[in-house]
Amino acid sequence: MITDEQIRHVAKLARIELKDDEVAVFREHFEKILDYFGMLDSVEENIEPVFHVLDICNVFRDDVPGECLNQEEVMANAPKTEKGYFRGPRIV
Amino acid sequence: MEEVIIGLEVHVQLNLLKSKLFCQCPTDYHNSEPNTHVCPICLGLPGAMPVINRKAVEAGIAVAMALNAEIQEKTLFYRKNYFYPDLPRGFQISQYDFPLAYGGYVTIETDSGEKKVTLKRIHMEEDPGRLTYPGTIDTARYSLIDYNRSGMPLLEIVTEPVISSPKEARSFLNKLRTILEYLGVFDGSLEGAMRVDANISLKGGARAEVKNISSYKGVEKALSFEITRQKNLLKRGIMVEMETRHFDEARGVTISLRTKEEEQDYRYFPEPDLPPMEPRSLIPDVKDTIPELPDAKRRRFMEEYGISDYFAKVLTSEIRMADYFEKVAKVIDPGLAATWIADILKGELNYRDMEFSEVFEAEKLIQVLKLLAVKKITEKGAVKVIRVMLDEGGDPLKIVRRLDLMVMDLSEVERLCDEVIEENSQAVSDYISGRKEALNYLVGQVMKKSRGKADPGETNRILIRKLKEREKDSS
Ligand SMILES: [Zn+2]
Repeated sequence: MITDEQIRHVAKLARIELKDDEVAVFREHFEKILDYFGMLDSVEENIEPVFHVLDICNVFRDDVPGECLNQEEVMANAPKTEKGYFRGPRIV
Repeated sequence: MEEVIIGLEVHVQLNLLKSKLFCQCPTDYHNSEPNTHVCPICLGLPGAMPVINRKAVEAGIAVAMALNAEIQEKTLFYRKNYFYPDLPRGFQISQYDFPLAYGGYVTIETDSGEKKVTLKRIHMEEDPGRLTYPGTIDTARYSLIDYNRSGMPLLEIVTEPVISSPKEARSFLNKLRTILEYLGVFDGSLEGAMRVDANISLKGGARAEVKNISSYKGVEKALSFEITRQKNLLKRGIMVEMETRHFDEARGVTISLRTKEEEQDYRYFPEPDLPPMEPRSLIPDVKDTIPELPDAKRRRFMEEYGISDYFAKVLTSEIRMADYFEKVAKVIDPGLAATWIADILKGELNYRDMEFSEVFEAEKLIQVLKLLAVKKITEKGAVKVIRVMLDEGGDPLKIVRRLDLMVMDLSEVERLCDEVIEENSQAVSDYISGRKEALNYLVGQVMKKSRGKADPGETNRILIRKLKEREKDSS
């Protein structure tokens, strides 16, 4: 059973504001998702976890510097900028 | 006294690599305009795909080997999810339960002898960008973000909680810096090269985590402040709270962040865009690139050059100094070279708050020491030349000439001694009648006449010889 508190906590981590009536909606969603994952419980134990579906490893690139974007391109989508910086919220 | 328990998480930038961890952006962003060393990958633009820099993994393996850690068979990148403006994607690509290496240790010297600071783990991750606040941090209404640092390759080196004083923490970090610089993967003098989070507790109490210690000097300060704070709480009968605190370097205090991030809140999961790695298969390539490390070099210096353990320790504490010494010791007596580099040159650098990387070429010191060895200049004169070269640069011979530091020719000193003996019959007869301190006066007179250019030792010897001759003549 998922508590309201857990739902609000997850919402907070995702920076999503929930109204009280939305908590119930999300509980329904969460429970469906968890039920779905419950299928995993029926798999027999002692099976190595699979982190990647492709059987490849050690895919590297060489340490060679390349082109960067220019400052205008970088800022093109930014709602607020100042002297070449992105402007963001105050954190502390 | 309460027992202090400190564990460190050290973030080390592999800043001598040419490109970032997952993209081709160059790493030489220091002193550049903000947001000029970025691309869709390190800006976290949708659809951009990271690819691992092979050199970064090799550097990580080299560090793990040098720190005696056990490189794992399989290692994996994870997404560590949290929102912070310096993190453009909303997650940091880091490692979690399959880190690059476990274990290892660093040997440090403490007041009570050698100590092994044991390590928990070493993992790889990307650096976030950098936040600054316009004006002061207290009054700023918004933050400014520069992503040039975003995606820089980092190693996180985590110690066991085995460090028992701020001083030990400092020597651990110094030793770590030395080793990393020997490996050629790290320049500790660059801004932000090494950043530390520290877990501190008094025996039996809860631990506080102090974040954001970003200078070598800051570590001792932050730890000492935090220890005093916890001791004072205990004295007043207040329990230490488990919490995260921020080190304010300017004010030298730690401040509660009032956030309770728990590990599960990061919702780690394997990074789907990066396939796993088998780092052990890279060990054979890396093995041959690992140079002689500080402790081995220190032993060799003692054996090969016959210098003291103290000098060997100082000289090998920095790879640049060690290499410098070896260049000089090829031509100059190693004992002399050791004294002049480890004592005098290093002392002059410390006095000026300069790094060894800023020193003039070894060839110049060789010239100075050659002049000294054949007594063309005095020790005092040699120090003067070194000071001028550090402050203004320049060629040693030219400086010697400009400052008139050439020691006087011995025949000239002889002549001055004769003059002084003639002109100071009182002091001479004082000396002959047994008042040996009169000699100092006579030496002083010769030095004065030579305007300091006579060698005091030689002057002494010549005067004694001449006075003895007088003594014989008069008896
Ligand atoms: Zn990039």
